[in-house]
Amino acid sequence: MLRLALKMLFGDSAKYLMLVAGLAVATFLMAQQTAVFCGLMSWTKSTLKNVPAPIWVVEDRVEQVNETNPLLDTDVARVRSVSSVAWASPLYSGIQRVRLESGSFKVIQLIGIDANTLAGAPAKMLGGDLMKLRLPHSVIIDDLGVQRLASKRGEKVGLNDVFEINDQEARVVGIADAVTSFTGGPYVWTTYERALQYVPAQRKMLQAVICAPREGVSLDQAIADIRRETGLKAFVNREASFEEFLGQMRGQPTTNFNVSTVWWYIKNTGIPISFGITVIVGLMVGIAVSCQTFYSFVLENMRHLGALKAMGTSNSTLCLMLITQAFTVGIIGYGIGLLGTAGFAFAALKNEQPPFYMPEFVPFAVLAVILGICTLAALMGIWRVSRLEPAMVFRS
Amino acid sequence: MSTPDDLKIAAKLRGIQKSFGDGESRIQVLKGIDLDVRSGDITMLVGPSGCGKTTLISIIAGTLAADEGQLTVFGQDLRRLSPAGTTRFRAKNIGFIFQAFHLIPTLTCVENVSVPLLIQGISHSKAEKKAKEVLEKVGLAERFHHRPSQLSGGQQQRVAIARALVHEPRLIICDEPTAALDAHNGHIVMELFEHVARGQDRAVLIVTHDNRIFHHANRIASMDDGRVIEVHDVDAAHPPPDHLSVHERL
Ligand SMILES: Nc1ncnc2c1ncn2[C@@H]1O[C@H](COP(=O)(O)OP(=O)(O)OP(=O)(O)O)[C@@H](O)[C@H]1O
Ligand SMILES: [Mg+2]
Repeated sequence: MLRLALKMLFGDSAKYLMLVAGLAVATFLMAQQTAVFCGLMSWTKSTLKNVPAPIWVVEDRVEQVNETNPLLDTDVARVRSVSSVAWASPLYSGIQRVRLESGSFKVIQLIGIDANTLAGAPAKMLGGDLMKLRLPHSVIIDDLGVQRLASKRGEKVGLNDVFEINDQEARVVGIADAVTSFTGGPYVWTTYERALQYVPAQRKMLQAVICAPREGVSLDQAIADIRRETGLKAFVNREASFEEFLGQMRGQPTTNFNVSTVWWYIKNTGIPISFGITVIVGLMVGIAVSCQTFYSFVLENMRHLGALKAMGTSNSTLCLMLITQAFTVGIIGYGIGLLGTAGFAFAALKNEQPPFYMPEFVPFAVLAVILGICTLAALMGIWRVSRLEPAMVFRS
Repeated sequence: MSTPDDLKIAAKLRGIQKSFGDGESRIQVLKGIDLDVRSGDITMLVGPSGCGKTTLISIIAGTLAADEGQLTVFGQDLRRLSPAGTTRFRAKNIGFIFQAFHLIPTLTCVENVSVPLLIQGISHSKAEKKAKEVLEKVGLAERFHHRPSQLSGGQQQRVAIARALVHEPRLIICDEPTAALDAHNGHIVMELFEHVARGQDRAVLIVTHDNRIFHHANRIASMDDGRVIEVHDVDAAHPPPDHLSVHERL
């Protein structure tokens, strides 16, 4: 009987396509928007990924890594003097403008690191030499900068090419692998001292002190010591887990800079709302189109379902037939929607634009929502069929 | 206790009453029906439009519950069965031919005909094999994989008949089975029913207005205004009337 149910479904190709299309669009909207949202959120903490230091010490009011609230220059030495700290280096991080040869301007994320230790340097070089960063006017750019900082579209910046940061020469000595910044601009590394020259003079420039604990001291122990001995705020820099975000939702404090940063954007910007609205629109489209189409499919088949009932099909078999039909379009629509999302992901990851990151739970959650919609649609049909009088089939 | 005579009776109705609606708009459609439908017979039910024929066969088929009276089908008191039990009983024992065919348009002839077997849980391959045999018998060997919309009205009717016979039910209930057919096809269909009823000792109950087929009947029950007013046994001594008394009054 279930085979017949599927034949009845596929036989009505207009409704079938409508159902699959509605569910595919809903799947795509929900999965793609969630992934772009998560991608955008992961971009907010790009600096933490690109400047790999286990501990970040920041000004007391700072909650997220893109916030600029400088420390005193002497704070580097104070952190260094904490007994559980192995090394500590100054860090400049800020958004600056680059003037290209063509005269146009581009926004970059400028990172200034300690010239002696090169702590905070890119973890992976794609070309050039990290050590040359100590030469005059040297910078390292990321792979996005290779395209973005070229004077003409389609050209590429190579080693030894020159551009200007606030009227001062910057010569490319290396190319690094990096994740895209929140602003979408490329990362440019230079030494801390040179960063101060590139940036218009301000009284305080030290954005953060990055440091690492001595051997045998845990990260949590080290940040507690820094806090106690210097009064400065210290965060650990490690991958954020889903549980940590759940902790934020419950209002638990966090010492993970990644969690604190992402949470700050969730709490203080309209980003979650605007994405949330699109996800809800997807859900609505799914519910409206699927339930409405499936219900009219059931209504149209009422005479046939009535005949089946009169001929002795049990109510439970009829329900099973409707559920099979609903879940079949659900799974197919979901598959197509996810395929579309994968295509989008492929393009996004290739261009590094727009942001895209899909945590593993997203496809499962979307599948659950889609199957929920199908269950709802099937239940509407079942409700209608259960009230069906089999005697009606004797009337034309 | 069932007597040997009872065994010959497919459906036994005593004092069946049925009303529709409530209060002011309540109308009594069946006003106490007594009728025996015998196995091995073709019984025809005739009467003016609106007299309650369709209502009566719905009750015999177990798709509608009577308000009053007793109904046994093959010795089974239908009022004692649960709704699910009634459904199962119907699936096994009763074949239907609806006035409006009710073939499923997205299924092929073979699939449509195999439905009653599939309902009983018989495997697809077996069901389709049996369906093809029966379709051959009604002269549709060339139309196995056509959709109902690709068939003429008469051919659709024969598919519906094949569907009613495929699971070899003991009682076959038809509403106007020959209305859509010309005289020739009507006779083919009726011969099929005669073959089924007499050859295999099954009961066939036919609602009809078609006096061209009256001579195929063993008994003709005339209804009027919710009552059976006359039962006419057709045999050599009592040929079927051209017009039935109730029709003259129309
Ligand atoms: N579900 C229902 N609700 C209300 N009234 C009904 C219902 N079913 C039948 N009736 C009424 O019962 C009466 C008998 O209907 P029925 O369909 O049994 O007549 P019939 O003898 O089959 O007529 P026809 O020859 O035109 O098919 C009609 O007056 C009809 O309006
Ligand atoms: Mg009728």
